Amino acid sequence: MQIIMVEDITRNVARMCCEANMHLGQDVKVALERALTIEESPAGREVLKELLENAEIADKERIPLCQDTGVAVVFVEMGREVIIEGGDPLEAINQGVEKGYQECYLRKSMVGDPLKRINTGTNTPAVIHWEMVPGDKLKITVAPKGGGSENMSTLKVLKPAQGEKGVIDFVVETVREAGANPCPPLVVGVGLGGTFEKAALLAKKALLRPLGQAHSDSYYARLEEVILEKVNSLGIGPQGFGGRITALAVHIEYFAAHIASLPVAVNLNCHASRHVERVFQGVKK
Amino acid sequence: MKGKKIKLPLQEEEIKDLKRGDRLLLSGTLYTARDAAHKRLLEALDRGEELPFRIKGQVIYYVGPTPPPPGKVIGSAGPTTSSRMDSLTLPLLERGLKGMIGKGSRSEEVKRALQKHGAFYLAAVGGAGAFLSKKIKSARVVAYEDLGPEAIYQLEVEDFPVVVINDIHGGDLYEEGKARYAREK
Repeated sequence: MQIIMVEDITRNVARMCCEANMHLGQDVKVALERALTIEESPAGREVLKELLENAEIADKERIPLCQDTGVAVVFVEMGREVIIEGGDPLEAINQGVEKGYQECYLRKSMVGDPLKRINTGTNTPAVIHWEMVPGDKLKITVAPKGGGSENMSTLKVLKPAQGEKGVIDFVVETVREAGANPCPPLVVGVGLGGTFEKAALLAKKALLRPLGQAHSDSYYARLEEVILEKVNSLGIGPQGFGGRITALAVHIEYFAAHIASLPVAVNLNCHASRHVERVFQGVKK
Repeated sequence: MKGKKIKLPLQEEEIKDLKRGDRLLLSGTLYTARDAAHKRLLEALDRGEELPFRIKGQVIYYVGPTPPPPGKVIGSAGPTTSSRMDSLTLPLLERGLKGMIGKGSRSEEVKRALQKHGAFYLAAVGGAGAFLSKKIKSARVVAYEDLGPEAIYQLEVEDFPVVVINDIHGGDLYEEGKARYAREK
């Protein structure tokens, strides 16, 4: 068994909140540079350059990439041979979020109740997804999610007969309807199958895959390419100013489904695709 | 960076010459306001009170910045989605508001009102909050401090880059840009 202390979780989650909000991933920088070689629209090219410069300033001056430092979405994969000691692990994660958002001057964007809307002042509670996996490691991913792109995300349970075409049309329509709101160029996460809530979770997980990495199943890798091509034919372009690059990537994750249902969820993300992961090494017992 | 240099507050004649797609570098005063501040402004108008700043001829920036780190005037400060303010915008245009900076398209109602009142809608690059913060030289709370990042700030900006989305002649960059680059079968 491996023992991990809650203090270790809190300390690391705090750092991950800061890093995810101030540092643009290398995969995203590569994707933006590549987009610059393709984009024909002068206004679109200016946007891509500005986003690359933004990442440099954020890194150098420790200013968040975006003022919307997001809901703290946290994925935990806990190996069955891991024991967490010293307190409540969920509380440890929330304490880490509070510490990170405070110490790195991130915006606190959480209201405690969706209708009464009083800011909690700490950016907690985090939205935590906990999963048990084989092995002796603990992996935590912090993925701050902004409102602009989250608000344009969609979910629908299609009829199985609508099949691949139904899925393609639904994803493309979501991006078209979203227009400039979710800050294109986008990363498009698609969750297929499972149930209503499973599809949504898969779509969010799809956003965690590094840009430039195709799906491991060649059928879905091709489907990702087909959808990306269609999305980039919409003409929306960077920031909606018109252009070729409406999305940097389309990522699909799937799960088994009921004989009567074809759930499809589309979770849009801005170019930054913010997420940081850490694998925790415990102490052997 | 290229762009037409514009001094704020705007001159009536200048607005007429600006067209959708123009890149502008704004220098002067902006006021910030987003959802909660708009709600309060409209409530003040309903009660027949004066607004906390003189809105005639001014430009509102839809932004909720991150807290300023030590030694900086403001944190990350990019635009938020404008459509959330659509239903709260007309009373401000009627009182002389000349421009808004945000991101994403406006409702048909707002677009018509822009033409009627000779005002325009501008976009800054969403997701470039660190870059844009460097163009803000000072920030001072003028109202609703209790709203935190949603309070109304008076910002002094220098060469703040924006693109004209809706001009006063009915031009719409989002519609025209999309039509120009679309290649759907």
